[in-house]
Amino acid sequence: MSALRPDLAIIAREVRAGARVLDVGCGDGQLMAALRDAKNVDARGLELNAHDVATSVSRGLSVIQGDADTDLAEYPDGSFDYAILSQTLQTTKRPDLVLDHLVRIGREAFVSFPNFAQWRIRFAHMFGGRMPVTKQLPHLWYDTPNIHHVTIDDFRSLLHERNIEIEGQWFLSGNKPRADRFANLLAQHAVFKLRRK
Amino acid sequence: MALLMQEDTRFGLDKKIRLLGPVRLDSGAEFAPVDIAYETYGALNADKSNAILICHALTGDQYVASTHPMTGKDGWWTRMVGPGKPIDPARHCIISINVMGSCMGSSGPASIDPTTGAAYAMGFPVITIPDMVRAQALLLDHLGIETLEAVVGGSMGGMQALSWAALYPERVKSAVVIASTARHSAQNIAFHEVGRQAIMADPRWKNGAYYGHEAPSSGLAVARMAAHITYLSEAGLTEKFGRRLQNRDAKSFGFDADFQVESYLRYQGLSFVDRFDANSYLYITRAMDYFDLAEPHDGILARAFAGTKTRFCLISFDSDWLYPTAESRRIVHALNAAGAAVSFVELSSPFGHDAFLLEAPEMNRIVDGFLRAGEQ
Repeated sequence: MSALRPDLAIIAREVRAGARVLDVGCGDGQLMAALRDAKNVDARGLELNAHDVATSVSRGLSVIQGDADTDLAEYPDGSFDYAILSQTLQTTKRPDLVLDHLVRIGREAFVSFPNFAQWRIRFAHMFGGRMPVTKQLPHLWYDTPNIHHVTIDDFRSLLHERNIEIEGQWFLSGNKPRADRFANLLAQHAVFKLRRK
Repeated sequence: MALLMQEDTRFGLDKKIRLLGPVRLDSGAEFAPVDIAYETYGALNADKSNAILICHALTGDQYVASTHPMTGKDGWWTRMVGPGKPIDPARHCIISINVMGSCMGSSGPASIDPTTGAAYAMGFPVITIPDMVRAQALLLDHLGIETLEAVVGGSMGGMQALSWAALYPERVKSAVVIASTARHSAQNIAFHEVGRQAIMADPRWKNGAYYGHEAPSSGLAVARMAAHITYLSEAGLTEKFGRRLQNRDAKSFGFDADFQVESYLRYQGLSFVDRFDANSYLYITRAMDYFDLAEPHDGILARAFAGTKTRFCLISFDSDWLYPTAESRRIVHALNAAGAAVSFVELSSPFGHDAFLLEAPEMNRIVDGFLRAGEQ
């Protein structure tokens, strides 16, 4: 198994062996392949980019080209043990509706995203007066796929509003785990494990 | 040893066999005997687990990767099938079968009805895509192949692959369905009807009883011309021909083929009639028009695949307006609902429906990976 991106490594560690998993925005299938190979997981993927779908399928994965914003409605309730959305929430048109689908389709869900309230980004914004461009968020404002920037506190408040329970949470600075304390200020990435109440 | 030699003769190029049958047809009739023309490439492995069936499109044939005996051209899918290709005789036992109703050796309207000694003509039963598949299953029984590693097909070949998975789920490990659909739309039927009417309007058609006389080649050529437009995209036609004139500097103010696109279509029509039987065109287009995999399941496509263990891979092309991506998505949706392992991708190509027959490296990469994953 090649080294997984840190947020994917957390998800890969937490997923139960032999589970049924839907990876929404699965990219080139790295996480799915890791889950299949290490944990015998029955993984299915949804990915917008045709080239990434082709790469996933050529890895032997079952991946459908589609859009999280429009195609999740097709999946029945509870049809997967886990629904995973890694680094994709902030690229969707309606993150709130996508989140609703995730906890509906999966008995549990994992969501990971870059935290827009991390202090470097706050600094860049406050002192630079420009939309921040960082290592984690390297895009310029006009061509970024991240159309709905979100902070950890924003996300928590959305969960509360949508009656979604947090079953686990992990925070990262660079590749290193970090404590929950002041996560909204200090963490670059967050991973949440969720369940509908 | 004698047995072994006898087995060998069942495999190879340009084979033809008469099977007792009967094939039980969707119309309720039984058809026998059943002639089947087919080819195989590569060897069946010891546990008979490497057989791949290639299903051809409306005017295709069994010459997938060998020279066509009438046109002298290369096989129609040498980009997908052959040494070093995703479907490789070094790894697979590849079978391709001329569909029932066609005219390249399998039973069709031009075949001799043994009860009359004359061609069936319009006495040939109206068949369906599932009927074609049932006849193919008879041949696989004859070849001693119980399970297919994969059924692969584009266009009408994809309809057969879907039908295989629906009719014989336990015999199909994987299905590759390219540029296809689970049902013919009103528009699909409409275009086919134009083609059929062109054939029937040709005075030489004579209600199909033209064998031994001149064939209705004008009608068949027009049918082919109309159909050929549906295989291309508007952008593709524009790129290839635009409004360019054919071998002339100015419009003729007449009805010659002034435009290159006219000349091209006329050539497509004329070269087609040399290799295809008009009645076969009627029967096969009818079979395609009757195709609706959901119909026997109260219109619910997912039920056609209930409990399936078959893996599916669907590919569509963005410029294909004959069987557009939405039709593939509908199948994917149904397979998802049935809990099937399904992959799907829409590839970009300017070439319309015909894209699946052309150079498409991404398509090859997907099919190769999908098949190899099933071989593990």
